Order: sequence, then structure tokens, then C-alpha cells
Amino acid sequence: MGIIDNSYEEVMSRRNEIMKKAIGIDYEEFELQGSIAFDYERMMEKTGYTLHETIDIQEKSGVGNTPTIELKNITELARKISKNKKAARIFIKDEASNPSGSFKARRAASAVYHAKKMGYKGVVAATSGNYGAAVASQAAISGLKCIIVQECYDSSYKGQPEIIEKARKCEAFGAEVVQLTVGPELFYVFLKLLEETGYFNASLYTPFGIAGVETLGNELIMQCRERYGREPDSVVCTNAGGGNLTGTARGIIKAGAGETKIIAASVDLAGLHMASDGQFNRKSFTTGHTGFGIPFATWPDRTDVPRSAARPLRYMDRYVTVRQGEVFYMTEALAQLQGLERGPAGNTSLAAAFYLAQEMENEQMIVVQETEYTGAGKHIQPQLSFARENGIEIKFGNPKDEIPGNNIILPAHPSMLQAKDLDLMDIKKSYIKNSLQRIGERKIKDIELEFLRKETKLDEGRFVQIMKEIGR
Amino acid sequence: MISKGTWVRIHNLVLKPGERAQNLPVDTGKVPYEMWVKGFLTEDAELGKNVLVKTITGRIVQGKLIEKEPAFSHSYGGFIPELLEIGLQLRKIVSGGGNNR
Repeated sequence: MGIIDNSYEEVMSRRNEIMKKAIGIDYEEFELQGSIAFDYERMMEKTGYTLHETIDIQEKSGVGNTPTIELKNITELARKISKNKKAARIFIKDEASNPSGSFKARRAASAVYHAKKMGYKGVVAATSGNYGAAVASQAAISGLKCIIVQECYDSSYKGQPEIIEKARKCEAFGAEVVQLTVGPELFYVFLKLLEETGYFNASLYTPFGIAGVETLGNELIMQCRERYGREPDSVVCTNAGGGNLTGTARGIIKAGAGETKIIAASVDLAGLHMASDGQFNRKSFTTGHTGFGIPFATWPDRTDVPRSAARPLRYMDRYVTVRQGEVFYMTEALAQLQGLERGPAGNTSLAAAFYLAQEMENEQMIVVQETEYTGAGKHIQPQLSFARENGIEIKFGNPKDEIPGNNIILPAHPSMLQAKDLDLMDIKKSYIKNSLQRIGERKIKDIELEFLRKETKLDEGRFVQIMKEIGR
Repeated sequence: MISKGTWVRIHNLVLKPGERAQNLPVDTGKVPYEMWVKGFLTEDAELGKNVLVKTITGRIVQGKLIEKEPAFSHSYGGFIPELLEIGLQLRKIVSGGGNNR
């Protein structure tokens, strides 16, 4: 064997070959030849696991069956401060009680199970978030080796406290943690590691990973039916790469709760560039924010697999944003009023639900579908004091005045919390435009039209209208 | 001198500014791409020297020796007085029955 060229360009040019070996899926099989379309459902069926298989895999590794808790005091607060004194009952699915402290254990359980079944000796995952700890935890159960690659420090070697905590947790489960400075070249390091070790790519975006989250949606519906005799009116999902929302929504549909509305929520980090070294430590949220949520919704196939199984626009009924200060405030409210110390990133959907509940009737139900563990580095106090040390102004006021990277505004009163609607039609239009760029000037095929319509969850009428507006 | 077998942290320059990806924000493109890894030192060495370590998964990685027995020091941060106010305000609203603005 000759000397391998490990320059940036050479490794990136080998990416498809490396990926194929490291996931064991031939994605070509699902492409509809000569078009931009692919058969999403067939990919999920053929390469994922059924809901019942997944439940079985997760039960064996201690994942799932997390409680759904009614937040009575927070509901009461919402009713006291809402304009018409009404608010829906607010519930939270306490995903922090999974082995690694977040819903990501569900995603990791399926991926690691699959890696073990396929005979891989170890797993590698590229993540600065809870997913790393989840993969490390599951790898520990399965006896597989584990390497987590994370973007952690800026060029002055200042690390995000939350990410350092994740590194600690990964190491606690016996994983190796490779820490990097800011930049998309993480993918280059990741590819080199896959090539060097021959380990499985435990990507967040494989069909197994997304199938792993389906159990969350399914459980949530079953629990609501059993305990409260009805299905929730709305489920709010914190949204970044789209996998949480996609998997949950698919599980809800599989449980037969087609009427439940799926609402995405992200922290508004408008104006901050995610690949900027200088801005890296000026944000308090490393995930669940618009810096991932919008680009992944308008173009899902930007991940570490050829076709992402996370396709949030297929399932999203509404998309709202909340601000950093509002999420911190609700995190404190969850501790002070409900005795639950969780988050903060996972509480993005809680902040949104607190506002959305006020638009609803008292007998309605809104479910926040996750919590995450908290701890040193990750708790709101170190988050806020880190922000203050980095020159971010923290004060009480109107959250509307928050400017990401400059200040964090804690609402002076809970009635000031507000989830802001994003124009979902606009996001769908962006997705379609991005897809059409790949078609170019040639005629769009019928299978492509049908694919795009499904990808954007539009009925015939709205789809035709949007295509007209785009000029195709 | 740090003895062979000690748990250490090494630093590695992965890409120089000119070798980095295209289309980076200006500030990111100006700085090198760096990496930190922990492992067992394979030979006795001084801080600052180029060494090999064996990571917890058994990989051999080369880099500059920067820290002996690295520990975590992230914490619960400094005092944030605003957090006390939030709890007091919320409890007052919920138990007080009114809109205590």
C-alpha cells in the first residue's frame, strides 16, 4: 500500500468512499435516477428499524420510557399573566432521565446497536452536544470503542463551558475526545479518523438515528392517552438539525395521532456567524438555535451523510423563535416553580410553549417533548457568568431588545415572553429554490414535483401557487 | 521531566491559515486550525516537546506536550444576582393571585 495523501483536498475528495465504508448504506439505491428526488420512505424502511424493533433495542439499553410531567404551576403562571386569563395545560417529557441525560440516547442506541450488529469495533461521532455523551454511553454498554470529535475552543484556547462539560461526560463513559478550534474543517478531521480506525460513523442523520427518536413521539402519545384520555393538541420540538422534530413527528404519526400539531422552536441567534472564531464565545447556546435550524430546514443534505434522514419540513406545522434571555428565564422558572433543574438548551421549546399555551383554551394540551440534564458548565449560572465575562450585557428588560452577541435580556415580567412566528412558507420556498438550483434550466420531471411537494408538506394547490411565485 | 505512561494533553496544528477551507468568515480564515487530544505519554519527555501519546482508544497521536494530568475546572460560574429575582417574582405571581408587575 502506498503513502496516503492526507491533505485537506485529498481527504475531502475521498469523502464518499470513506462514508460508504463507515455507514454501510449504499445511498445510491434510493436515488430516483436522472432526478433530484430520492425515495425517503423506502430509505427509512430498508435501512432503519421498525418502531417495535427500536423500542426493544432501547429497552435493552435502558433508554426511553421517560415520564411525561404536567407543569401545573407553570400552567397556572401562564393563565395568570395571559391577556384573556386562559392557557392550555403544559406538559414536559423528561428526557433528561435517559442514561446520558437527554433524548439523544434514543438516537445513539439505534446507531450503536447497528454498528455492533455490523461488526464494527468502534464508533465515531462529530458533535459538540448531548449526542456525544449519548454515543459514548451506549458504546460503553455495547463494549465498543468510541471517539467524539467536537468544536470546542476559539483561537485563544477559550472553550465554551457547556462543550467542556460534554467532553467530561464523554470521557466519563470511556470515550476519547478530540477537541478542535472553530471551523467546518471538523469534517476533515472526522473523515481522517474514520479512515484511520475503520469505525462506524454514528452520524446523527442516518435512518437508524432518526428511527431512534420515533419512540419518543410514540411514547408521548401513548402516555397522554393513558393518563389524560386524549392526544395533545400541540407538541413543541427544539429544532436544530431537524432530527428531533422529524423522529418525534414520525413517531406521533405512527401512534395514530395525525391531528397533533408539530411546532418547531429555535433560539434566535440572527446576526451571529456559526463558523466565526470571534463570535464563537459570544453565544450562549451551542445548539437548538436558528444558526442550525434555518439552514438545515432549507437544505437538509448538508450533513455527514449523503442523504439526511432528518427532513423537518415534511412534518413541521409551524416554526417559532424565542430569545436567549427568554430561555434562561424559563429554565429558572422550571426550577423555581416545578422543582426541575434542567437545560437550558432543551428548554427552548418550553419557552415557546409557555407563550403558545396562552393562545389556546384551558382544556387543550401542549407538550414540550424534551428536557436535558444540567450541571457544571451547562447550568444557566455558568452560562450567564461566562457571557458576562465575555462582555455580553445581561439585564432585565423587554426581550424584544435582545441583540445576539451583544446582550441577553431577561424578561422583566413573564408576560413579556413571546414566541415569534417565522414565515414557514418562506422557508419552504427557500428549500424549493435550493432544490431547483440542482435541476438548473432543464424541465422539471413529475417525480421531482411530487418529491418537492412531499418534502415541503404542501397540498397540491399551495404547491402549484408557490411554484408559480418562484417562476417555474 | 514527565514520565512515560503519564496521562497528558497534547496540541496539534491541523491546518495552517492558507490550507484551510474556502469561504470561511475572515476572522476564522486568519487563524490556524488546531486540535487537542489526551493520552498516555509513550516516552519520558519535557513540556513543549513533540511527543507521541496513546489515547484511551489505543490510537497513537503526535503533538506538542502541553499539560500533565489535565483536569476539568469548569464550574457553576460566578454569582448572577438576577437569578434570585426571577424566582422571587415568579413565586409571588403564582401564589399572590395578581399580576404583580
